[in-house]
Amino acid sequence: MTRPVLIENARIVDPASGTDHPGAVLIENGVITDIALNGPVGVPDGAEVINANGQVLAPGLIDMRVFVGEPGKEYRETLASAGKAAVAGGVTSFVMMPDTTPVVDDSAIVDFLIRRAEAQSLARVLPSAAITRGLQGKEITEFGLLKEAGAVCLTDGASSIQSNSLLRSAMSYAANYDMPFVHHVFDADLAGEGVMNSGLFATVLGLKGLSREVETVPLARDLQLALATGVRYHAAQISTENSLTLLKFAKSRNSKATAGVSINNLCLNENDIGRYRTYFKVNPPLRSEDDRRALIEGLRSGVIDTIHSDHDPQDSEVKRRPFAEASNGAIGLETLLAAALRFVHSDDLDLHTVLKAMTIRPAQILGLESGRIAKGAPADLVLIDLDYPWQVQESALVSKSRNTAFEGARMTGKVMRTLVGGKTVFTHQD
Amino acid sequence: MPQDTSPSVAGQSGDFPPFRQRHLISIADLKQHEIIELLDRAERMIAVSRQERKSLNTLAGKTQINLFFEPSTRTQSSFEIAGKRLGATVVNMSVKTSSVTKGETLIDTAATLNAMRPDVLVVRHGSSGAVELLSQKVGCSVVNAGDGAHEHPTQALLDALTIRNHKGTLAGLTVAICGDIANSRVARSNLLLLGALHVRTRVIAPKTLLPSGIEHLATEVYTDMEQGLKGADVVMMLRLQHERASGKMIPSVREYFHFYGLDERKLGFAKSDAIVMHPGPMNRGVEIDPAIADSARSVITDQVEMGVAARMAVLDALLNRNDA
Repeated sequence: MTRPVLIENARIVDPASGTDHPGAVLIENGVITDIALNGPVGVPDGAEVINANGQVLAPGLIDMRVFVGEPGKEYRETLASAGKAAVAGGVTSFVMMPDTTPVVDDSAIVDFLIRRAEAQSLARVLPSAAITRGLQGKEITEFGLLKEAGAVCLTDGASSIQSNSLLRSAMSYAANYDMPFVHHVFDADLAGEGVMNSGLFATVLGLKGLSREVETVPLARDLQLALATGVRYHAAQISTENSLTLLKFAKSRNSKATAGVSINNLCLNENDIGRYRTYFKVNPPLRSEDDRRALIEGLRSGVIDTIHSDHDPQDSEVKRRPFAEASNGAIGLETLLAAALRFVHSDDLDLHTVLKAMTIRPAQILGLESGRIAKGAPADLVLIDLDYPWQVQESALVSKSRNTAFEGARMTGKVMRTLVGGKTVFTHQD
Repeated sequence: MPQDTSPSVAGQSGDFPPFRQRHLISIADLKQHEIIELLDRAERMIAVSRQERKSLNTLAGKTQINLFFEPSTRTQSSFEIAGKRLGATVVNMSVKTSSVTKGETLIDTAATLNAMRPDVLVVRHGSSGAVELLSQKVGCSVVNAGDGAHEHPTQALLDALTIRNHKGTLAGLTVAICGDIANSRVARSNLLLLGALHVRTRVIAPKTLLPSGIEHLATEVYTDMEQGLKGADVVMMLRLQHERASGKMIPSVREYFHFYGLDERKLGFAKSDAIVMHPGPMNRGVEIDPAIADSARSVITDQVEMGVAARMAVLDALLNRNDA
């Protein structure tokens, strides 16, 4: 039995129930047992009382796209370091991509990850499983056994399945088990040697461009196949205005289709690359300002369901190269929430919309109990000081890799405390 | 010890203000007056190159390393001659790399070279931005001798010098750049330089070889040679890389030459005194008819001569800065 915890004097913000009200939350045995919005809550003997001082108490964030180096590339990130970075950013659960060495394409590896994460990580690690063996896009994996082992969804991570017939088959089989099918939409043939958004800026830099069709052509295919197979399809991350049009149409036909957006594509545009700054080399690439604005609107209107960090630790060896040769990826667990709060401070989005995309919507897509402040829900919570000013400093990051696209960025709003299962796992130290 | 009596361009040219740039990575970094100043400096270098004793000592005691990750005999030789005419010690290094280890080699090589304390590195690399990256890792000046499809700034300078020498001025001219614009660093540098000097620029290519957003860099964009060449003062042809002719970007060399190769008929649409340029090496019968390449209107060999002068001017300007 753990000691009960009472968080009082909080501004409770729960997008799942539409709550935004002062109140208190009682936690017993890792679960929320009482929520008092209008009156006092009974305080059990010996309870730990946390005074929130009016700060926002929100559900802990659920990040649907995180790459971890363990197993295989522990020098980039381990389950322990990813967990530390996650809770420092208010992320209490994250979906771990299967792009490891070996690839998470076997139930034994899922089992290993779950046990290892329970022992090592401060945040909850939700393993995903590869759709195809070795992420090769050729043979499907044992979806049923992977689900039984604890994989929360199927995805080929950073890889994208190119074969239409295999994709159809994989979606049909995944629908058997009602498993979320998360797919990175990327047409490798159309992409060619492209490394950044196609347009004037790529032309000036002499870099090969990635046209918007690299995303929209496979997305249109995926949405049609998803409708035909009945799978719970989630476009892992979209970056273009035209993708929103496709999704809007699909959603009018197929309520199961959902989509995510990376915080990088929401906050940054192609011009941030400047003079070949490889920390801004990500996939999907940073697009035009018009695309970025459209993505924000997509969130506001609900066409886009989730925001994720696309946390992808890369060591300096693979980043300090000529742009075309550098690896894709930026870390983002620690900056996800603060970067998303920019839209609240700029009045582009309200707090509920931003938090919804990182709490209850991923929970619903993945079928989790967390992501809400409700009686009986896991006490995965964050206390946020919405007005706390800070600057991202590479040296202060917890993640093992330092390839942040937000180095030096000024933020307003920070996680002050993170609780996982009612236990405080992070407290901000000034 | 005999006294050095060779003419010093820097000494002669007190009218040139100190050059402010430490590196020459991109034409985009240069202000208009810096471009003109480099062209004027190059003008004096032509005179030096044409005199019997072709040596200056403005770079005496300086070390120039030509670091070429891609083979290019012409450009490397041009830089080598330029450096030697200025009195520098010139070392040529060719670095063969596999695509996998290119990046590691670049950073490692930068550290190694830096320890040798060169005064200037002349770098060619197959990746756009690679020369810029290298310039951040070394303590000396760096000259971009071509990086991927990004820029080739000394080529643009020598092209402008060639045009100015033949036409007397750049003002009011129309320059048509024809061919593989999408993959050409020569085209980018020329568009930036000519644009900075308010020269009217046209690009002419099939759509598959026109990069996205090019309409913002060139004054006019054409897919038809006849229309694009009408009234042009300068016709600048670009080399077509063989891999582009593999059936994906253009169907065949035969069709390409028919529609985009410069021949007598197409050149007839340009002004009667239009000059023909090519950065070399030429694919005769692919982008240019051999008869045109060897005609009196071709200034291609002049470009080679101007190349040495332009590179002498750049090296001299970078290494004789006040703070150097």
